[in-house]
Amino acid sequence: MSATTPTDRLTVAPLTSVQATLLLVERNAITYRGAWKLFLTGFLEPVFYLFSIGIGVGALIESFTYHGQEVPYAEFVAPGMLAASAFNGALLDSCFNFFFKFKHQRLYDSVLATPMVTDDVARGEVIWGQLRGGSYSAAFLLVMLVMGYLSSWWALLALPAALLIGFAFSAAAMAWTTWFTSWQDFEKVTLVQVPLFLFSATFFPVTAYDGVLRWVVECTPLYRGVVLCRELCTGNVGVESAISVVYLLAMGGIGLAIVGRRLDRLLLT
Amino acid sequence: MISARGLRKAFGEFEAVRGIDLDVRRGEAFGFLGPNGAGKSSTMRMVAAVSPPTDGELRILGMDPAVDGPAIRGRIGVCPQADTLDSELNVRDNLVIYARYFGIGRAEARARADELLELVNLTEKAKAKVDDLSGGMKRRLTIARSLVNRPELLLLDEPTTGLDPQARHLLWDQLFRLKSSGVTLVITTHYMDEAEQLCDRLVVMDGGVIAAEGSPAALIAEHSSREVAEVRFGSADTAADAVNPHERYAEQLADLGDRVEVLPDRLLVYAADGDTVLEGVHARGLHPVATLVRRSTLEDVFLRLTGRTLVD
Repeated sequence: MSATTPTDRLTVAPLTSVQATLLLVERNAITYRGAWKLFLTGFLEPVFYLFSIGIGVGALIESFTYHGQEVPYAEFVAPGMLAASAFNGALLDSCFNFFFKFKHQRLYDSVLATPMVTDDVARGEVIWGQLRGGSYSAAFLLVMLVMGYLSSWWALLALPAALLIGFAFSAAAMAWTTWFTSWQDFEKVTLVQVPLFLFSATFFPVTAYDGVLRWVVECTPLYRGVVLCRELCTGNVGVESAISVVYLLAMGGIGLAIVGRRLDRLLLT
Repeated sequence: MISARGLRKAFGEFEAVRGIDLDVRRGEAFGFLGPNGAGKSSTMRMVAAVSPPTDGELRILGMDPAVDGPAIRGRIGVCPQADTLDSELNVRDNLVIYARYFGIGRAEARARADELLELVNLTEKAKAKVDDLSGGMKRRLTIARSLVNRPELLLLDEPTTGLDPQARHLLWDQLFRLKSSGVTLVITTHYMDEAEQLCDRLVVMDGGVIAAEGSPAALIAEHSSREVAEVRFGSADTAADAVNPHERYAEQLADLGDRVEVLPDRLLVYAADGDTVLEGVHARGLHPVATLVRRSTLEDVFLRLTGRTLVD
């Protein structure tokens, strides 16, 4: 065997983890180069909900009090739609797209044969999901602004809040997806997605629930996201908002760590 | 380039690689031969630094894959058994993005992609979707992809499986040129002609261990004879026999060669000089319906070492 001396140098400098993470984002961006129309669907989804439920159903609701203020129903629902669309988008991207790349296309097998490591893959995919989700959220916030549903400067923080929701759900959903073996497993996603969407105080205040049930709802992640967005959009920021932020950050962080571990176990065998 | 001592790989209860020693030198073409399940691919994955060894010592380019995985992977090229091309990217972008994964700058990545497309005759397909390529084209693209980082060591896991003869020969030419330019090649295959053509040195693996090691010529010399006389007797006159008639003839010819192997339709007599064997056969008043004298090949060595039983 020929000796490898310390003077042997790589032709290129080793990747930093930031660079490596962004490379996967770059790869994903190229695949979407010709598919910008897909962005339209992600943006339109919450807009449709806003018009049908916020404005349509809202017309039936005469008076509505939130945090002691009288607010139009649509103004109450819109931040919920913002949070819910970040949630839906993250789930869709992280479950379906990730599963396809992971199990069917076996994309990561080839990526991991390069200097890239599993954590780069996990981070890259989550960040990509946020770029997509973030652009939907920004567009939707603009609609809210035009419709006059933003009543506080705090609303500027609603965009990062939506990104935080996306981050938490992307990472968690991706971690969960690593246990999926076939497309049948996606039934389970629907089973989680629909109740979270409907019962996280998205369409009505959590005060509709009593006792334990209310306590359970308050502990669910989408509820935290919905109230966070609502608090920011209406300017009712408090301790509860901080709890939501910590909750979602922790959820995303744990999810991301699990994804890295699982990819190590499943792909580097 | 590669050094392994007592290398093991276990998947739960199953031991795929059961303690092998290896030394691959810079600039050589080294082959892993073996039936399916012999442990070739498991060994290759460990060498590619994507599969941690269960036990034993492994050094690739002087580095420990458990510590320097990314640095090792940055300097080797891998052509996996199954094509793992990115079906969401076109042919050229597959190469560009793959080069980027190695930390190569955008302009340089594009330049290398075009250069490699030229090398594997895929320039016209640059904008095509990967799914629209033929099997041979995909393989060529995978090989091109394994070269984007100008590797010092190229690992090829069954590179020509599923290719038509034209594509195989084209690929051999390209691999030979790479070797001439100083790239160390490690190839797994179960095509003996491929191993004889390409490899300076090879090991025959069976059941997770190395059954034999050496140059193709040395292996033939050690484990087979120089020539093989194939002798077929008609079955008409012996149809009544319950046993294979060749069994009976084998006993009569046993002393003519180093070794006699009985196949359902013929006898293989391993000897230094096949023609002398045939003269002996005729001198004993036997009249085979067909005879053939050929040189011993790696295939004879392989079958001798790993048996004729089907494994999967």
